[in-house]
Amino acid sequence: MDTATLTEEVAAKTIPIYIMGKRYEVPETLTIMKAMEHSGYQYIRGCGCRGGICGACATVYRRAGDYKIYTGLACQTVVEPEMYLTQIPFYPANRASYDYESSQPTAETIYQLYPELFRCVACNACTKVCPMDVEVLDYISALKRGDVTAAAEISFDCIQCGLCASRCMGEMAQYHMAQVARRLQGGKIAPKAEHLEKMCGDIDAGTFTDVIEAAKVMTEDELKKVYTEREMEPHMGADEWTPASNHGLA
Amino acid sequence: MKLGYYPGCTLKTKAANLEVAAMAALDHLGVEYKELSRWNCCGAVFSLADDDLIHQVAPVRNLIRAAQQGCDTVVTICSQCYNTLARANKMVRENEEKRDTLNRFMDEEPDYSGEVEVVHYLSLLRDEIGWEKLRETVTKPLEGLRVAPFYGCTLVRPEEVAIDAVDQEIFEGFITALGADPASFSAARECCGSYQMLAHPEEGMNRAAKVIAAANRSAADALILSCPMCEYNLGTRQANVVEFHEGLDQVPTFYFTQLLGVALGLDPELCRLDLNGPAAQELLIDKKFIATAAV
Repeated sequence: MDTATLTEEVAAKTIPIYIMGKRYEVPETLTIMKAMEHSGYQYIRGCGCRGGICGACATVYRRAGDYKIYTGLACQTVVEPEMYLTQIPFYPANRASYDYESSQPTAETIYQLYPELFRCVACNACTKVCPMDVEVLDYISALKRGDVTAAAEISFDCIQCGLCASRCMGEMAQYHMAQVARRLQGGKIAPKAEHLEKMCGDIDAGTFTDVIEAAKVMTEDELKKVYTEREMEPHMGADEWTPASNHGLA
Repeated sequence: MKLGYYPGCTLKTKAANLEVAAMAALDHLGVEYKELSRWNCCGAVFSLADDDLIHQVAPVRNLIRAAQQGCDTVVTICSQCYNTLARANKMVRENEEKRDTLNRFMDEEPDYSGEVEVVHYLSLLRDEIGWEKLRETVTKPLEGLRVAPFYGCTLVRPEEVAIDAVDQEIFEGFITALGADPASFSAARECCGSYQMLAHPEEGMNRAAKVIAAANRSAADALILSCPMCEYNLGTRQANVVEFHEGLDQVPTFYFTQLLGVALGLDPELCRLDLNGPAAQELLIDKKFIATAAV
């Protein structure tokens, strides 16, 4: 059915929502982001991947008659009747600069960059506000006891939206501290992935250059043909199945 | 008893020599416990302001974590952790209004009303093992070692959470059980200088000097402690204190758990004597309690 001919009976019911205090009627099936666009807002910034990963569309809202603060990503959260919302696409937070190469993979590195870490009183407002359900207090606690690895692992789902910093009574930028932890963990603590190092070496040595260069000059139809005719692992293939060509890899 | 162990931040970093031997000793003595898998800073200093409930959230949240993990008792080793947890627990038990406010504030956690018992490691040794049994378990009695026990402030103040009444001398019982001689020590319950060491170094050093002078007068071979801050002021900074005040002699410092480990004949590496500095290790080698220095 053409959407232009939708009858009123099958069109989505509309509900009232309040964007920055102003009332709008929006279809009840929309996400907050779509509802804002439906209401006439145009995103130039404060909107990134639309897939719940980039952290640009953090949104704070309240429900009618409820003192609690709720949060969500505008691109992932469906509107509710009578919700009062605003997006907080950016939150000012101190981000220390540092020289990664010379940084020791210890919590002291983070203590020196972010001494305000020790202002934490374990109020847990950061965890409560996190739209990704990261246990923010737990990774801050891990850092306080010097456990960079635990902080990196607990904070893994962080999308750097900054809502934790917005609620912190210690005025900390938790997510920047966690990012240092993950960088130290990834580059200096976790065991090196030998196969990755080998693959990077193979790329540098030009193993795939011919394949890529050939693909660059193909027409769209030729590319589609190569893609559809590529060798695929059979659905019921034997465990020992390997592709006939690994493009020159040993 | 379902015993949980609350470590505290410093024991996981600078004060590993307070923790490692202690936990190995519990295993050795057959005490079942589990280390809390989820915890935060204890708060470090108990807030004395009557209306400052936000600083009670950290210790109470830890007690909630202990309850969530099925513990009815939680043991700590660090004097400051013991003090903040025990006092917060007492407050929750006795003050209904504050308990209610805290529970409402922490509405993401189950309500807590003081179900968990907070004990210090020394109390656990005395009450669950007993000095007599500990003495029988010791394989390397610390004979001829004169030990001055430093209680400091937070193990024994305020009285309602003190691990020991003034005349009970729990540390003395511990030292005797290890086969060592407790040195009568007039500064045992004085302040080490605390945070003044950073804010007002001269006053802090004066405090520490009093303690070291008293230890010298008692002819102690060693000073034992249970608090990382006391260890910083009386151990790590001792050379400065002795330099600053004439007539003081250096005295090696240990966490009490390290001497426990040595006396129980645990692997000396577990006692992390490498973190104490050379004088402490030399003393134990001289007395033939350990063979070689850890590096």
